[in-house]
Amino acid sequence: MRSLLPVLTVLGILVAIWYLAVAPMNLRGVLDQAERAGATVIPEGSVARRDVHIWSLILDNRGHVAAVYDMKRPRLPTPVQVGGELWKTTGEMAMKGRAWSKRSLIYHGWITLQSTLLGFLLGTTVGIIGAVAITYSRVADMSLMPWAIISQTIPIVALAPMIIVVSNQVGIEGRTLPKAIISAYLCFFPVLVSMVKGLRSPRLSQLNLLRTYSATSAQSFLKLRLPASVPYLFTALKVGIAAALVGTIVGELPTGAISGLGARILIGDQFGNSLAIWSALFSAAILAGVLVTALDLAQRGVLKYMGMRV
Amino acid sequence: MTVISAQNLDLTFQTNDGPIHALKDVNLNVAKGDFVSFIGPSGCGKTTFLRVIADLEQPTGGTVTVNGTSPEEARLARAYGYVFQAAGLYPWRTIGANIRLPLEIMGYSRVDQVERVKRTLALVELSGFEKKFPWQLSGGMQQRASIARALAFDADILLMDEPFGALDEIVRDHLNEQLLQLWARTGKTICFVTHSIPEAVYLSTRIIVMSPRPGRIIDVIKNPLPKERPLELRDTPEFLNIAHRVRDGLRAGHSYD
Repeated sequence: MRSLLPVLTVLGILVAIWYLAVAPMNLRGVLDQAERAGATVIPEGSVARRDVHIWSLILDNRGHVAAVYDMKRPRLPTPVQVGGELWKTTGEMAMKGRAWSKRSLIYHGWITLQSTLLGFLLGTTVGIIGAVAITYSRVADMSLMPWAIISQTIPIVALAPMIIVVSNQVGIEGRTLPKAIISAYLCFFPVLVSMVKGLRSPRLSQLNLLRTYSATSAQSFLKLRLPASVPYLFTALKVGIAAALVGTIVGELPTGAISGLGARILIGDQFGNSLAIWSALFSAAILAGVLVTALDLAQRGVLKYMGMRV
Repeated sequence: MTVISAQNLDLTFQTNDGPIHALKDVNLNVAKGDFVSFIGPSGCGKTTFLRVIADLEQPTGGTVTVNGTSPEEARLARAYGYVFQAAGLYPWRTIGANIRLPLEIMGYSRVDQVERVKRTLALVELSGFEKKFPWQLSGGMQQRASIARALAFDADILLMDEPFGALDEIVRDHLNEQLLQLWARTGKTICFVTHSIPEAVYLSTRIIVMSPRPGRIIDVIKNPLPKERPLELRDTPEFLNIAHRVRDGLRAGHSYD
């Protein structure tokens, strides 16, 4: 609760900046419409206005500024408009029993969530197995780690279509799995790096102690390295799930997908529907927030159970 | 009966700055039930010697036997308990579970584990703290728990590497007293590394004075003090006499260059 005030303050500042930006972003459109409807606009003609700076336009046409907050197809919608659109495509549709309609963001969110969770599972598994291999094998350390780093320098947008094509070629039906592979590609890296750090976190004296007990390496893994890595793991999982969501959305963008939040963003872009873009964007942000919060709660629970001060 | 025996022991570390002669021509026999203290300035090889006994370092010359076998065989037979300078308790385990750690690894039965944890906790006067986590205990209590951990299994030898080095004077006095009682009750053979002259004189039956570059033994002092040692003993002329001899030995072996 202590963090609520700072968070709300930042939110307030962001909303204020947003509202201030709406006027310069939308005014030209509003003036064009008003002129067509016969109102007086200074200067006349949209071509003439193109050369006038936006701030002088605002000063000269103060009477029209109010209209920028209520456009049908704004370049930049207001927070209230975005909120309205979000509600219309989620809560309202759900109440009418149309939550699974192709126009509902609940449906698209669910499509994205499925790939995200699958990709998260896949990426986390690969990350943890890779970290164990790197910790225990010098060969893996020297061969895997550089490739893991190089893998993250390749733009995922370039890779995504190829993964879709290849998965199609090898006979994988549907898009859930290829998108999950793309999201796993982004997700495994933070998990790998953190887990390597976590598994290597026990001090030499702690390893020496186990050696004096003649512990097997399986025992020292289960009793020392694994528990020592848990705090590192959860930090990585929180970064990883956000990366997995981004990966899925990116996987939906350049690949001609028609469902999922990424597809909604792309379609909104193609049809000049900024409201659709913003509401899909906010759905993604809310989804990410829920996922990260869930992992945060799990982390608190587990660390408390393990006796650590959280 | 000789428990630990070192003959012409040599150990040279190869480092980037050239070889470091950590131990040179070390000869020592430790009898069963002895309390042997190793004292000397940093770099004199006292910790290295302890680690050789524990099979944590390999000597480059000479021989060491523990219970008549090689250090590795002794380690595999779990012949000794080792107490490090840092308590090194696992933060995710309770005090009881920390003491149980070696028992789990060595495959003691459930019932035996519970009984041994109880017994060793009583031995270091930590009964009632079994369910606490390490961060809930003071530094001195944590170190006592780590001693209990080394006592939990049936090792006749206790190797202690500056276990009280990070504690304040008063706590240290108290723990020294407790350690003597514990030694009297259990009859273990103890090798104890320390920086402190009073600590070495107060605790041991024999004091090994060491000197650096190369690390070697320069004096072995047999401690004539009685087995029963109240803390006040440290103000008697006999005590100060031995302390004086230790200090002289340290000074002679140290050139202060």
